[in-house]
Amino acid sequence: MSDPDTIDQPEPVEIGTLPLDAWHRAKGGRMVEFAGYHMPIQYEGIMAEHQWVRENAGLFDVSHMGQLLLSGDGLDAALEGVIPADVAALKPLAQKYSLLLADNGGILDDLMISRWDDGIYMVVNGAVKYDDIGHLRDLLPDAITLNHMDDQALLALQGPKAVDVLDRLVPGVGALVFMTGARFDWNGTPLWISRSGYTGEDGFEISVPADAVEALADALTAAPEVKPIGLGARDSLRLEAGLPLYGHDLDPETTPVMSDLGFALAKRRREQGGFPGHERIMIEREQGAAVKRVGLLVEGRQPVREGALVIDGDGNDVGRITSGGFAPSVGAPIAMGYVAAALAVPGTRLALTQRGKVHHATVTAMPFVPHRYVRQTAVKTGA
Amino acid sequence: MSRYFTEDHEWIDVDGDVATVGITDYAQSQLGDIVFVEVPDEGRTVTKGDDAAVVESVKAASDVYAPIAGTVVEGNAALADQPDLVNSDPEGEGWFFKLTIADAGELDALMDETKYAAFVSRL
Repeated sequence: MSDPDTIDQPEPVEIGTLPLDAWHRAKGGRMVEFAGYHMPIQYEGIMAEHQWVRENAGLFDVSHMGQLLLSGDGLDAALEGVIPADVAALKPLAQKYSLLLADNGGILDDLMISRWDDGIYMVVNGAVKYDDIGHLRDLLPDAITLNHMDDQALLALQGPKAVDVLDRLVPGVGALVFMTGARFDWNGTPLWISRSGYTGEDGFEISVPADAVEALADALTAAPEVKPIGLGARDSLRLEAGLPLYGHDLDPETTPVMSDLGFALAKRRREQGGFPGHERIMIEREQGAAVKRVGLLVEGRQPVREGALVIDGDGNDVGRITSGGFAPSVGAPIAMGYVAAALAVPGTRLALTQRGKVHHATVTAMPFVPHRYVRQTAVKTGA
Repeated sequence: MSRYFTEDHEWIDVDGDVATVGITDYAQSQLGDIVFVEVPDEGRTVTKGDDAAVVESVKAASDVYAPIAGTVVEGNAALADQPDLVNSDPEGEGWFFKLTIADAGELDALMDETKYAAFVSRL
């Protein structure tokens, strides 16, 4: 049997160790290199872990991601020179999705920002965090301080039972709604918790000092509803949720218009400009992108993965697959990729080629599995 | 009936001039949840080292090589609908294919159960 063709990551100079490394190994995590760190790809198995998150709650260690705090006078205007979000309209404790863009509109990273009382907290992807810091430092004026919070770990607790578990440990988190956060205290440990995540389920992301993360991970997994979940299930969950993964579905060759991330381009910012790539992006919005990101339901049982080509009836190359795999909650293989704009219509049947074999797939609206975000907290009625 | 093993983590049961081929318990545990298996068609002739079958887990695709030369007499049709048999019973119901043995001498190069266990323990 051949060695599996796994998704390649750039070879790092030295593989880093995250604060929970020993904890993952003790829990039976199978460690692989990802984004320059040793990380658990699975514990008991990807399918079981995936289903557990959809039905209960899963704990993910995402401490490889970059946590940054930006501060200084004139921060909102300065940051608007770098990202296309309406930073000025970002309310205290609110969270927004945004992008780092090159001058040609290509995506350098996708990220989250939250307004804190002492600045703007930003979470960026682990594999490109040092490039992001360099890019931000280049574009931000000297008056803006950029603090890489590399003494903080980051956990995600995801799934329909996440709120019950976390509210028992940290009372009050249940009052948060999707894409908002707040500071909390857990036995004297300061936490930043936002109601957000990358699985399509309700859940939370928790920034915790690295020296307290093991105690918090133990406390969370002590709950019967919680199991630790590896990167494998994180990938299948986010793919079913239709969420693009940077370095695969998004890269410097893709733009927000191609990748269907137009919602990240705030209306006022589109009109006023002043961020990298504005000109190219406005032309593309006007004229339409040549290719668009779509979801695909693959026929049969065999997964079609990143790197497969999309071909038309004459055998011409009309697109490429950027993520793909077996979707446990769908019970069939699914994929995400870029196809010529004329084909990016739900219901279009396409041919895909992989290792000399032709597969068929149908363009479908995403998400593949409905999102279950909590956008308003339950209103309790009197007894 | 004798059972042989390869360094590519396949097992081969020999019964007369027919060999049954599958992947070992170690191999399935490394692959994780198996979601797709493609077995060779009856009548296909393979030589040692040819790609004979495909096995895909949630995360990755792997080829299964022909451990010896021969002609395929049967692929395990049950794996089309139940690829997870390779996880639950890799060295039994989860077999991949059967082939006639072209050259029994090729079996001499394979490991027995004891040698394979020692090989896996060094990995």
